[in-house]
Amino acid sequence: MSKGITFPFPGLFKGMGLTLKTMLKKAPVTMYPDEKEIPVPRARGVISLDADACTVCMLCARECPDWCIYIEGHKEAQEPAKPGGRIKTKNELDRFDIDYSLCMYCGICVEVCPFNALFWSPEYEYAEPRISDLLHNQEKLGEWLETVPKPPALESR
Amino acid sequence: MNFWLELVISLVVMLAVVLTSALVTIYVELKAGSHMQARIGPYYAGGRWGWAQPLADAAKFLQKEDLAPARADRTVYGFAPYVVLMSTLAIFAVIPLGPDLVAANLDLGAYFLLAISSLSVLGILMAGWSSANKYSLIGGLRAAAQLIAYELPLVLAVVAVVIQAGTMSLNGIVEAQQVTLFTVGGAEIALPFILTGQIIGFGIFMIAAVAELSRIPFDMPIAESELTMGYLTEYSGIRFTMFFLGEYASMVGLSAIAATLYLGGYGAPFLPESMANFAGPGIFFVKVAALVFFIIWIRFTWPRLREDQLQSMAWRWLIPLALFNIGLVSIFKVVF
Repeated sequence: MSKGITFPFPGLFKGMGLTLKTMLKKAPVTMYPDEKEIPVPRARGVISLDADACTVCMLCARECPDWCIYIEGHKEAQEPAKPGGRIKTKNELDRFDIDYSLCMYCGICVEVCPFNALFWSPEYEYAEPRISDLLHNQEKLGEWLETVPKPPALESR
Repeated sequence: MNFWLELVISLVVMLAVVLTSALVTIYVELKAGSHMQARIGPYYAGGRWGWAQPLADAAKFLQKEDLAPARADRTVYGFAPYVVLMSTLAIFAVIPLGPDLVAANLDLGAYFLLAISSLSVLGILMAGWSSANKYSLIGGLRAAAQLIAYELPLVLAVVAVVIQAGTMSLNGIVEAQQVTLFTVGGAEIALPFILTGQIIGFGIFMIAAVAELSRIPFDMPIAESELTMGYLTEYSGIRFTMFFLGEYASMVGLSAIAATLYLGGYGAPFLPESMANFAGPGIFFVKVAALVFFIIWIRFTWPRLREDQLQSMAWRWLIPLALFNIGLVSIFKVVF
């Protein structure tokens, strides 16, 4: 701005123009319960579990900063691949719970899972009146899997 | 007509007008303020546009428990909101809505207005002092300092109007703004005072009025970030509702004073005199609504002043300017 005599407080009147303009414009609001908000791509809504892919390696539970993942499993003997072969053991998942009252949606469990058993789903409507109902069990976490969007197509070189 | 009947009718009508306009003002502030902040605001109450929100708010406030601090001065504490509300309601007694539509046509109407609107300082000081709360006390004292500082420019601005109109009666001031100044092609043109030399006075009056209301940008007495809610901190229930209604009613009241003194009151150009009693209230409330909207508008735009900036603005700028304005108006009054 040039020095000399200027109009006093130009900012005050500029601000008044701005508020008036904003008032006359349509408010950029999604009327939530009436119309659903569309989450952004890769939104962190809820974590879903593909139980078949889980090997009970416990990496997610160990990396979780809030310790909100509870995993229990047992070893089961597996039929040998060829007759007369050595009997191998396989981990079977008994319990996989995520307590969303503790979860801070950091996504480290999803990142750390080596077998692609955990996915982010954009669903967010799972508020509960009782805090204990926020503990989602294996079955419920599996249901979220249906809401996981397809991964974006790989970039072609 | 019987004197008592007339008194009761004008009281009831005035009370209905004031309370309705206060509720409408609350609604407009909620709604316009929301849209200025790019939100929707009240939406569900009342079915459409949330029109019933002020009523629902009032019902909620009235349900709340009427608490008083253990060490509060109960009598003063309980009485303070009504002092504030009464001083506000009394403003409307002398505001003319039409040539004959005025509850009390006083010869000293302007004087009465200034005197009665200063009474609210007393109520606020009572509230601040009796609450036995440091925030309330500081808020009350700030309000007193502010209201005394801004009463002066307000009075001095009104003095200039009284000089130009030559009368203190509010009806007289409105009529003085309907005097034909010149004719254009046979049409007689009368201009309100704001266009005939009172533009500075109007500016001073509006600044001082917003400060009298202790609204943003002059809301230091109830500055939330510093004083919780100032002198209102300890109030709840019906007494808080009274303060709340009083604030918005006095917003309408001071806008009504400004509309009467500067914008020609119930008069409008090209309005035949026979229609003034019927169309007058409508015209008057359009002007009042414009000023009320202006006050809401600056509330949602401007930041709060600092306490020392507030005082220096009143004493170093507004009062000298108001005195200068009086001199200017007096000279013009003598010359023309």
